[in-house]
Amino acid sequence: MFNKKFLKHYYIMLIPAIVWLVLFNIVPMFGVVMAFEDFNPSLGMWKSPFIGLKNFKYMFQMSDIKQIMSNTIIIAVGKIIANLIVPLVFAILLNELCIRKLYRPIQTVVYLPYFLSWVILGKIVLNIFGFVGPVNSVINYFGGESINFFGTASLFRPLIIGTDIWKNFGYSAIVYLATMLGIPPELYEAAAVDGAGRFKRIWHITLPGIKMTVALLAILSLGNVLNAGFDQIFNLYNPLVYSTGDILDTWVYRVGLVNLQFSLATAVGLLKSVVSLVLITLGYWMADKFAGYKLF
Amino acid sequence: MNIKDNSIGSKIFDVINVILLVAVGLACFLPLWYVLCVSLSTKGAVNAGLVSFWPVGFNLDSYKKIVGEGAFFGAFWNSIRRVALGTAVSLACILLAAYPLSRTKKQFPKRDMFMWMLIFCMLFNGGTVPWYLTMCKYRLIDNIWGLVLAGGLPVYNVILAMNFFKNLPSELEEAALVDGAGPWRIWASVMVPLAKPSIATITLFTMVGYWNEFFQGLVLSTREASYPLQTYIQQMVVTLDYSSMNAEQIAEATKLNNQSLDAAKIFIAMIPVLLVYPFLQKYFVKGITLGSVKG
Repeated sequence: MFNKKFLKHYYIMLIPAIVWLVLFNIVPMFGVVMAFEDFNPSLGMWKSPFIGLKNFKYMFQMSDIKQIMSNTIIIAVGKIIANLIVPLVFAILLNELCIRKLYRPIQTVVYLPYFLSWVILGKIVLNIFGFVGPVNSVINYFGGESINFFGTASLFRPLIIGTDIWKNFGYSAIVYLATMLGIPPELYEAAAVDGAGRFKRIWHITLPGIKMTVALLAILSLGNVLNAGFDQIFNLYNPLVYSTGDILDTWVYRVGLVNLQFSLATAVGLLKSVVSLVLITLGYWMADKFAGYKLF
Repeated sequence: MNIKDNSIGSKIFDVINVILLVAVGLACFLPLWYVLCVSLSTKGAVNAGLVSFWPVGFNLDSYKKIVGEGAFFGAFWNSIRRVALGTAVSLACILLAAYPLSRTKKQFPKRDMFMWMLIFCMLFNGGTVPWYLTMCKYRLIDNIWGLVLAGGLPVYNVILAMNFFKNLPSELEEAALVDGAGPWRIWASVMVPLAKPSIATITLFTMVGYWNEFFQGLVLSTREASYPLQTYIQQMVVTLDYSSMNAEQIAEATKLNNQSLDAAKIFIAMIPVLLVYPFLQKYFVKGITLGSVKG
């Protein structure tokens, strides 16, 4: 039903949100012109000299850009894969739990880290893997030397991916568990009558039942290929592990807001934003095309 | 599932499965428990690495010491104000905007234009540096409103609320229309009351989000007094940088550092989340499974 009198009110209802959106989402976007300027704070955004693509050229000549790019992609892709598989395995195991009384308590406890910030979890992780922390105590107990976990470049990526799984797997498993609840129990009963054992039932009923969900989540995570997780890495890294752990976002923060090289940092940030935009759009498009998933 | 299967392989699987899942559960719980134990132990015991999963030399000294730390409470208060203001502002904007956006194209012809605007802002941003310079121009440094507004409109939550409104049976709204209700009346008396569970989800997620955010608190503050709690913890609770030290220096530095006090601060920062956790759990399953919409 179209009612012309209502339209005015619809616009009024949208005002607060649109004002917020314009001032805090859209206006900052215009700042990307700095990527094409030799930005000088005293001249401001619109009067600084325009230098075209020089910042981008410089960026690709930098020695550390390759390292940062590969760190970002390796960590991000590692997380994407791990965060698809681990929650899946966990959900299947939880679904098969024979002591049903344990189902709720386990579920309750595994979500918990998801709701705590990386500031808190980072401190906890650093303490636990610290020099006098419990992990090194156990190592010492068995006669090993204390390991400087977060000061060793080769250990950094596995630790980052591992702690990320720890924070997120319980929450990610919810989607799988909800899908599994939707599988008709008759299928399991029929399979049992036909003589299918437990593992066969998991393989032929549970897995096909959640296949689409896994595929959908995989497609939608495409947009995260350049998102290695700023909050986590920022709270866990230090100069000793820059070689394996410095990512685009942390680099942009240091170069832009600490060293105040505004133009260069903006250029790198813009590159990331544009690539991510393309990947996310592609992800949503594929999700719509192959799985009928619509965001709105 | 719950079908009896008495084969040996299945029994072995059950035993291993229970052990494994209990271990996984413990792995999620014990680290948090460890922080509580450290905060309740004596400094000496912590520095000697004696504390594992039970307090050594139980005492409340760390908590007593925190009472005297003005900076900690200042940051705590900043966070409380931020959560209160932020949740109120976000919710008002989200719920008001979600209603017109949930209308069909016939009812609200410009709907799609606004939708695309929102979607674009959700998927693209100018990056950290332009954002920061804009916030400076707005003079939102050391300002509580900076901590509330700087993140921008929570577009995802608008879409979530919009989908909830869209899925409500249209007969209810039509009945209200017949009774002569206008858009504000429909919004306040039909839409919002019916969407209570989803509003609860969004409220809780918004609160936790504001509470947990630390980066804006860091870059939008020039002095310690403006920090929200997470930023305070990120900056003040010194996690020793062992990386650049030798063993003696580490031992020395560890003695100077009061890990028990730090743990107490971390634990206090977790308490608000733990308090809303039971409510979160009640609602968040709906929250994420309803993220998409049918048709």
